[in-house]
Amino acid sequence: MEPVMPIDDDQVNVEEVEIRLLLEAIYQLYGYDFRSYSRASMRRRIMHRLTMSGFSTIMEMTDRVLRDRQFFVTLLNDLTVNVTEMYRDPEFYRAFREEVIPVLKTFPFIKIWHAGCSTGEEIYSMAILLEEEGLYERAMIYATDIDKNVLATAKKGIYSIEAVKQYADNYRRAGGRNSLSDYFTARYDSVIMEQRLKRNIVFADHDLATDQVFGEMHVILCRNVLIYFDRALQERVIRLFSDSLDMGGFLCLGTKESLRFSGHDEAFDVVNKPLRIFRKRQFQHHA
Amino acid sequence: MRHGQPTQTVVMGASWGGLNAYTTILSALPEDFPAAILLVQHQHASAENRLPWLLARYCALPVIAPEDKEPILPGHIYVAPPGYHMLVDSDETVAFSVGRPVHFSRPAIDELFFSAATVYGSRLTGVILTGANEDGAAGCEYIQRRGGLTIAQSPVSSEAPVMPEAAIKTGAISRVLDLERIGPFLAEHLSG
Repeated sequence: MEPVMPIDDDQVNVEEVEIRLLLEAIYQLYGYDFRSYSRASMRRRIMHRLTMSGFSTIMEMTDRVLRDRQFFVTLLNDLTVNVTEMYRDPEFYRAFREEVIPVLKTFPFIKIWHAGCSTGEEIYSMAILLEEEGLYERAMIYATDIDKNVLATAKKGIYSIEAVKQYADNYRRAGGRNSLSDYFTARYDSVIMEQRLKRNIVFADHDLATDQVFGEMHVILCRNVLIYFDRALQERVIRLFSDSLDMGGFLCLGTKESLRFSGHDEAFDVVNKPLRIFRKRQFQHHA
Repeated sequence: MRHGQPTQTVVMGASWGGLNAYTTILSALPEDFPAAILLVQHQHASAENRLPWLLARYCALPVIAPEDKEPILPGHIYVAPPGYHMLVDSDETVAFSVGRPVHFSRPAIDELFFSAATVYGSRLTGVILTGANEDGAAGCEYIQRRGGLTIAQSPVSSEAPVMPEAAIKTGAISRVLDLERIGPFLAEHLSG
């Protein structure tokens, strides 16, 4: 048996410094700010790329990042988790339909911000839901992400037919009124989302870590994005959301995300606890 | 707690046969068990999150279905939810990720073991249990390199022996114990 090389706390501390330097290099050179992301999951993804690309240290990888834009794009794809699906957590969309839509129906127009929309599957899910509820005409959906590459995919609205087959079940469980196939056209082994669903969607790149308020939204969806942020950045982003929402506006988070540790939970009422639907309080009480 | 001993933390991972393994182990732990326990059971992403509720019925300790940034407290049990990797962050809070499945699993045992060993080092005990794939073997190696203690359920007492066998094969397992011995060992070893 090979002797086991111990990894003591000093070595872990060295890696911590290397990670900080790598993230600083990425920020300074490419403008993506991962410095306040949850360290545990950043470290796992950096180590994954390190192993896959055969570097012996993080510093060695940083050197490559500084000189090779193509390699940076590969790493960026590892660092931004772009896992999504249509009607992800179908019960959330069902609750949205039952508990949020009736309120939105009383509004003359509806502004929805989907922060961290990734490759767009959930944007089209929402567009379809709004159309089925007769609200699409009055709605404007702002779809943002930090990563321009995934936004380009989102804008195209082209997905593999295999994936979409699996989404049909989600759609049904989410309370879909028709058939998901009513909303796309199949070509060979991919589908393209119907053009009419894109009319009221605006795609834009936006970095929650550095960019500013998006004004007077009625709904903000940001699901499974905050889990990648550290607590300080979560606080900043929840404040940003609170400032971007109209009084009575809805905030929808991922099913493991919480306002409990953000220091802003008093700014929101709970609409649906397990599915993480919150509503900005009408009247703020100042302590 | 043993005099002067720093707080210990336990991570456990199981796949096929895990429910029986977990109820056997957790029911053997005393009310004043001093360590935090984080555990992963492989399950389908769309499974209902019933495991914390089930385990709580067999266990004297509080069983938590953690939220993001949940502080990890001694004497509490944290169960990874279906569909998410559960990790330990540097401030000893729970972190989640929906990154790619590892060994076809999310939650994956390796994700928990690597992140916990980074944070806790020699204050960590890793327990690899029954299962039909090799998740957790690399994590056990890393726990050992960080100076932690590693335990594998004996293959003969495992419903599916592949997972503990893979971990044992790495040479990084400190103790191989029959299922019935694991709970009492943890109670004795960590309570002092």
